[in-house]
Amino acid sequence: MDLSIRQVRKEFDRFAALHGVSLDIRSGELIALLGPSGSGKTTLLRLIAGLESPTAGSIFFGEEDASRKPVQERHVGFVFQHYALFRHMTVAENIAFGLRVRPARARPSRSEIRRRTLELLDLVQLSGLENRYPSQLSGGQRQRVALARALAIEPRVLLLDEPFGALDAQVRRDLRRWLREIHDATGHTTIFVTHDQEEALELADRVVVMSQGRIEQVGTADEVYDEPNSPFVYNFIGDASLLPVSVRNGQLWLQERMLQLAAPGSPDGEALLCFRPHDVEIHENSGIIGQVTASRRAAGNRRIEVSLGREGARVEIELPAEHPAATRTRLAFKPRRWKLFPVNETQAPMPLAGEAQRRQPLALTGS
Amino acid sequence: MALASARVRWTRSSVIPGFGLTLGFTLVYLSLIVLIPLAGVVWRSAELGWVQFWEIALDPRTLQALKISFGTAFLAALVNSLFGVLLAWVLVRYRFPGRRIVDAMVDLPFALPTAVAGIALTAIYAPNGWIGQLLSQAGVKIAFTPAGIVLALIFIGLPFVVRTVQPVIEEIDAEVEEAAASLGARRHQTILRVLLPALAPAILTGFALAFARGVGEYGSVIFIAGNIPYVSEIAPLLIVIRLEEFDYASATAIAAVMLGLSFSMLLIINLVQAWSRRRFGYGA
Amino acid sequence: MALEASLGTLPKVAEPPQATSERPLARGLLVGIALLFVALFLLMPLLVVFVQAFSSGLDYYLAALSEPDTRAAIRLTLIVAAIAVPLNLVFGLAAAWAIAKFEFKGKAFLITLIDLPFSVSPVISGLVYVLLFGTGSLLGPWLKAHGIEVLFAVPGIVLATVFVTFPFVARELIPLMQAQGTGDEEAALSLGASGWQTFRLVTLPNIKWALLYGVLLCNARAMGEFGAVSVVSGHIRGLTNTMPLQVEILYNEYNFVAAFAVASLLALLALVTLVLKTILEMRFGEQIAASRKH
Repeated sequence: MDLSIRQVRKEFDRFAALHGVSLDIRSGELIALLGPSGSGKTTLLRLIAGLESPTAGSIFFGEEDASRKPVQERHVGFVFQHYALFRHMTVAENIAFGLRVRPARARPSRSEIRRRTLELLDLVQLSGLENRYPSQLSGGQRQRVALARALAIEPRVLLLDEPFGALDAQVRRDLRRWLREIHDATGHTTIFVTHDQEEALELADRVVVMSQGRIEQVGTADEVYDEPNSPFVYNFIGDASLLPVSVRNGQLWLQERMLQLAAPGSPDGEALLCFRPHDVEIHENSGIIGQVTASRRAAGNRRIEVSLGREGARVEIELPAEHPAATRTRLAFKPRRWKLFPVNETQAPMPLAGEAQRRQPLALTGS
Repeated sequence: MALASARVRWTRSSVIPGFGLTLGFTLVYLSLIVLIPLAGVVWRSAELGWVQFWEIALDPRTLQALKISFGTAFLAALVNSLFGVLLAWVLVRYRFPGRRIVDAMVDLPFALPTAVAGIALTAIYAPNGWIGQLLSQAGVKIAFTPAGIVLALIFIGLPFVVRTVQPVIEEIDAEVEEAAASLGARRHQTILRVLLPALAPAILTGFALAFARGVGEYGSVIFIAGNIPYVSEIAPLLIVIRLEEFDYASATAIAAVMLGLSFSMLLIINLVQAWSRRRFGYGA
Repeated sequence: MALEASLGTLPKVAEPPQATSERPLARGLLVGIALLFVALFLLMPLLVVFVQAFSSGLDYYLAALSEPDTRAAIRLTLIVAAIAVPLNLVFGLAAAWAIAKFEFKGKAFLITLIDLPFSVSPVISGLVYVLLFGTGSLLGPWLKAHGIEVLFAVPGIVLATVFVTFPFVARELIPLMQAQGTGDEEAALSLGASGWQTFRLVTLPNIKWALLYGVLLCNARAMGEFGAVSVVSGHIRGLTNTMPLQVEILYNEYNFVAAFAVASLLALLALVTLVLKTILEMRFGEQIAASRKH
């Protein structure tokens, strides 16, 4: 089932959780809505489900405008972060619920319901547990029951709200892999919300990066990682170091020093230089030069904080632990791959230190 | 002291002082106020001897009084369960003018002395009372019948159901309702299949509390009931009558039967609750 | 931005029904039924007390309340409450301290025992004392021989009142103190405080609102108790009648307005109790916490 979200806006009292968001989803895709808290990703998911209604804009399921339809009629499968299983019903009764509440003419026979329930239990690898109660299951098992319950009604779209957020790291990884397998087996259009970029990149066909009620970028995992289109995406996906620089005549200047990095064609003015900390080359005396102010071990690498210039702008790079330059007190380096983003008022604000995937100890003077 | 050494055996020692003092005081107090007097009932009943005990207990007037007490309490608790749940739902889920006041009023039967409730209800439902007038025109009699008793017990038992169910409704996870809706359930299906079963243990507890209170109720009933033997005479009143006749034996026997029945009921309710907690992971 | 400008021309979407709420019509109906029930069963009895009390005018009302027997009843009610409530307060504190701060076997049984008066009919609560102190009992003749009157006298009334009201303070304190644990007290002790100091300076401030709440409920019940007191009092006018008993006597004498006049005082007490209770719950709800149910 194709999904089309057109200019959807959602306001709660005066607060705008979503500002005119548009998105097209092809049938059978596995889409991740990725972003920090407050980005609007859960709101968007709930709007698609019909648990909230948009303040403006419309949502199309195929050719049909579903914006006015209540959730009961949208035929979506929703999986909640905390499972929301019916505690007084067995696993089998939970799964069969969506089929049992159908009006008489649309309801399958009891034996048919039973058959489908057992089939789904098999799919989610919980055969034999049909008579257990949710309180007798582990977190991972409960989430699988929740998924089976949502699949039972043969939804047009499957929606998952941070489905693994409440689980242990190991269980999370296992279930991630397993969700992909289920998706490939069943072919449902699936949208899931997460704040974990690793999860999004690993699972999704396409990633929708969101921030503050807007879509920053939509693309495959490779696209958003290798070609981020804004400092926010650069910083949120993977590791990023950002440096405010000025562009003059196609050359980059940091404070009063030329960086010997050429950006032909870039407009003059203030800009943000973004690169991956581990994607750097050490030079002797060209590029970005500064004093090493801190150095710590991180797995097989060293993370080195370099202080540049008099105003104390600082940036982090990452070198393999055995690299000869890793112990120096003064470093010069150039990023191998980097991107330049001109600074203007319409740029999405940077995520706060606590929300970015890796924190940058960088003092940005306004932006 | 023997008590001291016994204490050390079945407790964990603690750095906090005052164990002996507080536990000792508590036990002494309880013994004086509760245990010894209750033991008196048991002892006096035993004094009667088995045969005489059952003679009194099965005396027609006694049996009828017990039937009236338990029967009216049951009916009233049933009504309270229905309207109590409704009231609790409305108080938790909806906003309307005066909600705070209504919420506070629910505790009125708890705070109001039973005698006051008794004469107030009589003033309302007596043949010349505010509502009694209207009803007697329709040929319906409330006062001096078991119906009056039921009404009085409805008043008395209401807060038990509401206050037991209210916190459980407050804690219902909205996600569970959303899940049911997303699976296609219409509102009434969600309420009947998902919400009410989740509330069942709390409703049962509320029912049991209202029932237990209703069985033993005295002050609010004796005015409206008319106290006609075999018709509207409740068991507690029969106990008082026997006491005034200095027939302590009968009074004791009736009291013992009432106690026995009430405790068994409470035991059953507790067992049901424990079972539900084990099975479903929640109770009330 | 251009995008935001164009949004103004898009149609607004009507609100479809929420997933977690009933239709407005159903809601209105339910609220209506609930309010009707409350008006009928709760409001009306309260109103009728005051209406009847003042039905013969203010002067009659005041005169009825100044009647010597009635004044004696008021006095006795106050005396009984003044004895029973503090006693039960001490008991509640002791029991809650023992239960919340220590581990010992039989705790559950103790807690059940404390809940006992709630499952026992008030008449039976009075009966147990008649059996204990009346004729034909062990203690009765002995007490009589020594000139001590328990039954049909004030001590008996106090005892019966204590019996029916002792759980109130304990029930408020126990869950709260259990939830609060022993951490604060252990910290105080480790800093050198004595047991009493710890209790006064650490424990008491933590529980003061729950304590007040329990005392409020205890007092309301103590002043209003009818069944238990009725059995032990002997109904001796001017001597062993509390206010509720006086209401009964006046009513049975067909002195309706006077009966409602005394009742109105008790109803006023109930209202004050409710108001104070609500205020305490609203302001200090978390500190009364665990025990919102009764």
